[in-house]
Amino acid sequence: MLHALLLWVFCFGLWLLLSGYFDAPLLLAFGALSCALVVFVGWRAEVIDPEEKPLRLRLNPSFIAYWPWLLWQIVLANLDVAKRIIDPKLPISPTLITLKPSQRGDLGRVIYANSITLTPGTVTTALKGDTLQVHALTREGADALLEGDMDRRVSRLEGGG
Amino acid sequence: MFVAAALGALVCMILAMARAVLGPTVYDRIMAVNSFGTLTVLLIAVLGFVSGRPDFLDIALVYAFISFIGTIAVLKFIRYGDMGWPGNIAEEPQDDL
Amino acid sequence: MIDALLDLLSGLSLLAGVAFAVIGGVGLLRMPDFYTRLHAASITDTLGVGLIVLGLILQAGWTLVTVKLLLILAFLWFTGPVATHALARAALADPDQPDPLLHREPPPSKP
Repeated sequence: MLHALLLWVFCFGLWLLLSGYFDAPLLLAFGALSCALVVFVGWRAEVIDPEEKPLRLRLNPSFIAYWPWLLWQIVLANLDVAKRIIDPKLPISPTLITLKPSQRGDLGRVIYANSITLTPGTVTTALKGDTLQVHALTREGADALLEGDMDRRVSRLEGGG
Repeated sequence: MFVAAALGALVCMILAMARAVLGPTVYDRIMAVNSFGTLTVLLIAVLGFVSGRPDFLDIALVYAFISFIGTIAVLKFIRYGDMGWPGNIAEEPQDDL
Repeated sequence: MIDALLDLLSGLSLLAGVAFAVIGGVGLLRMPDFYTRLHAASITDTLGVGLIVLGLILQAGWTLVTVKLLLILAFLWFTGPVATHALARAALADPDQPDPLLHREPPPSKP
């Protein structure tokens, strides 16, 4: 029930932001109704997230520090891959590696896998149980992942307890 | 500046289209079409600014949704040969990990 | 003064974004096999998209337009990796696909 309510609040907030109508009661009512319809359809289709705690990640300092760091890594990796594309010799060395992520929860693992994929030069090709398979454009990229800096950061982001 | 950005996006779309035509595998084509969709979203957003009508952004947002769902749907069709397969019943195709 | 500065920044951001997008497109054509092309495509999907949307946001200022642009950015950055992962996974599971390590360095000597 709480999830349905949260979903409705989220939908209605999104509707407000997208429509930009803040002072037309009729339209607001229509918006609220359509959001309720969405929640009803979601409930009928049993896709409202049954996870027990809606917000598993607490807002600890490493959670906030992670995103700017990830953004910076993405910029660096972009520059690196762009340089390799422009280089006439095309200096690439594709590598396939297997990683053992240290996160405990599913959410942490998904954040880790998505971060890997979001960074150009490395793509997660499989995530099963507690193994990740990663395709890297260069051996250096694969080595950087094996070093595990990003892995440790995501683990810290999960919260220390 | 917006016109330059729109032209750049168009050039990139042509490159993606060339990859989609060249292939050689079906996944190359899907990837190229996915890239093409992303660039279309950008092109629509930039065009909204060129013509001074930010309403275009709604269209861009909806196009982003459709493009993503289309990519996933085509991939599902290629992999399972069936759009309606729920994916959680028996005989799941084996991944070699 | 501030306006001129914002215009300049947004112009630079747009140009840089377009440059990254075109580099990604060139990579899409130049890379030798499917898996390496995925990496080129992800340049367009991350910095290309990010910088162009940033340029547009700098033009839009604090309005609802910015909210929509941020939604587009967030959506593209969330779905990009998912689509890439789905593609890579589907290609790896397909027995007809060539070996992902076909073009590693040094290039294999041709018989």
